[in-house]
Amino acid sequence: MIRILALIAMVWSTSASGDTLRLAVTTSFHNSGLSDVLLPAIKADTGLEVHLLVVGTGQALRLGQAGDVDAILVHSRTAEEAFVADGHATHRREIMYNDFVLIGPQDDPAAVQGTASAADAFARIATSESAFVSRGDESGTHKKEISLWQAASLDPQSFRGWYKPVGAGMGASLNTAAGLDAYILSDRASWLNFGNKATLAMLFSGDPALFNQYAYLPVNPDRHPHVNAKAVQTLEVWLTGNRAEQLVNGYEIGTEKPFHFNAQSPAVDP
Amino acid sequence: MNDIWTGLTSAFWLIVTADADLIEIALRSLQVSVSALLIAACVALPFGTWLAVRRFRFRRATIATMNALMGLPPVVVGLIVYMLLSRSGPFGVFGLLFTPTAMIIAQVIIITPLIASITHQAMRELWAEYHDLLISLNTSRSQRIRTLLWDGRRALLTATLAGFGRAIGEVGAIMIVGGNIDHATRVLTTAIALETGKGDFALALGLGFVLIALALLVNYLTHVLSRTEREGRW
Amino acid sequence: MTAPMTISLTDAKVVRRGKTILDVGAFTLDGAGLSIVLGPNGSGKTTLLKVLHGVARLSEGTLDWSVPEDAARRAQAYVFQSPVMLRRNVRQNLAYPLQLLKRPKAEVAVKVADWAARIGLADALDRPAPRLSGGEKQKLALGRALIRQPQVLFLDEPCANLDGRSTREIEALLREAHASGTRIIMSTHDLGQARRLATDVLFLLNGRIHEHGAAKEIFAAPKHAETRAFFQGDIVE
Repeated sequence: MIRILALIAMVWSTSASGDTLRLAVTTSFHNSGLSDVLLPAIKADTGLEVHLLVVGTGQALRLGQAGDVDAILVHSRTAEEAFVADGHATHRREIMYNDFVLIGPQDDPAAVQGTASAADAFARIATSESAFVSRGDESGTHKKEISLWQAASLDPQSFRGWYKPVGAGMGASLNTAAGLDAYILSDRASWLNFGNKATLAMLFSGDPALFNQYAYLPVNPDRHPHVNAKAVQTLEVWLTGNRAEQLVNGYEIGTEKPFHFNAQSPAVDP
Repeated sequence: MNDIWTGLTSAFWLIVTADADLIEIALRSLQVSVSALLIAACVALPFGTWLAVRRFRFRRATIATMNALMGLPPVVVGLIVYMLLSRSGPFGVFGLLFTPTAMIIAQVIIITPLIASITHQAMRELWAEYHDLLISLNTSRSQRIRTLLWDGRRALLTATLAGFGRAIGEVGAIMIVGGNIDHATRVLTTAIALETGKGDFALALGLGFVLIALALLVNYLTHVLSRTEREGRW
Repeated sequence: MTAPMTISLTDAKVVRRGKTILDVGAFTLDGAGLSIVLGPNGSGKTTLLKVLHGVARLSEGTLDWSVPEDAARRAQAYVFQSPVMLRRNVRQNLAYPLQLLKRPKAEVAVKVADWAARIGLADALDRPAPRLSGGEKQKLALGRALIRQPQVLFLDEPCANLDGRSTREIEALLREAHASGTRIIMSTHDLGQARRLATDVLFLLNGRIHEHGAAKEIFAAPKHAETRAFFQGDIVE
């Protein structure tokens, strides 16, 4: 009973306890379950309360641009570099990587298993016109998928019927793929953590083209003075420190460790 | 069927173990929706009643507009409120985006026309009944409104409960303006959307059953407290 | 006791949708009588009462009182043919007009108890008013009208839908009210009731007052053929 009353008091209070920071992250990062491990550790080590907005990369960038969040964590290098170049973020800091995997129906109608490259696998899907679910939301995953079609000299705009852009996050898109028994490109961690695999299986992985880098971008405090710059800095230090390295590298889903920490000391910069 | 059964058992365990997360988001659901309801009712009940007794030039247009606003898609309301409250929007300086306050604002906009419309409909009928008597007794306008509000309180209760139902089950607008942030703006409906998106149907269903139970409980308690079904009352 | 107020109409005309419903020119309601308005359906009886009470709009002419408007309106009461019951119990219905005047609670309680007894509903105080019988509703409406001790009381065919017993009870109450100084004007279809109660009689036809005079005289010797025909029970238009 006391617990309930305490919760009521906590929920009703309008001021947050401790320092808070708003971080926009991609659905693929959140769906992996890694954030559930990192956030409590961040709170314990730095006292920071991180408020996660789980959105697609596209919306994360828009939030950063508008100044509605303090920092973003996304995985779309070209978009990130443009973002920094436009002055919306002060810099980009690589944190960790995982890889993308090609998921599809167990019976693999397009025969992508064992193909030489990701582009090849995609080409086979297009030729066989097998059902394919696309994120369709300008996210990092979506942009990677487009790049793979282009590597196979195909234009996704010309696809009809079998190609299904859903405009949703990683988990929701996987749901749709499971429901339609379709192919889909997913990051490994989200796939491992996904609870509704139905008749889908991981059919292709390992191509270096499927490399997936996550980076941290602090929103530019010159543009948005209300940003909690100090907290953003603290979080960056933590995310590139030893504790983060331990947790990221050690994070397991089942028996696999999908994330690899690769933050480096910052280049000397004024 | 198996999924539904797992959902029910999920719900049962969440409640029985008084899961802290569940209690937190359930309380927040109530906080947001009840606050929105109180604000909306304070605006909608008198307005709907006033509209029933007052004759003025744009009355028909006002009624038509009010009824049309009931059909406002909640998600569009969410989008507009989002653009208004964003830092790059006109009211960004208040820093309300992604807070429960933003969610309350959005829900107030969504449910006020609904409550006002039902109130107006009921008050119009009651006014037609009382009209001759209240005019004859030389009542002032505020006396008329107060008499209608009191004698029509049962219909007003229905109106507010309709508003509450709309609010507690709403997900589109509050997802957009609240951001579904864990421990900050996550409520039952947005949590259900999240868990479904993760493929965790059992948990999603569990939360769903809790939401239904909560809505029914509020309705039931309200009826009991106002003794509307007791014999001899009207 | 001060003389009851006077209500006067001058050049009064009511036209609705192109049709003249009432055209009574000059008319004054004064003195201490109990006037009965007679006439066939559609002759304008209800309109005349409502116009005098000030709740129906005149198309031409004016309505005046011998006292300031506010006092005038507070000193009148109206009983409708179909009684309007507030969705409350008997006690609250009786109390309502006094509460509007912001009378103190103690005074209200005393008056409510008194009038409830007078109208014979003392043991029905907690019953919901809408559930009363037709006769009880009309008695309640009358009690509610009289509880403020109005100077002028209007009634529009109050006993039209009531049985003999209720009619007798209502008439007794009206006689009491009249005896204690209330000016009464009411319409009715019941010629017998007119004979029983009226001090003066008006006969309305097509919106005009055809006859107006002391009851005895009119009943003994009506001036116009239409009036005679009406009294005989013919259909008059």
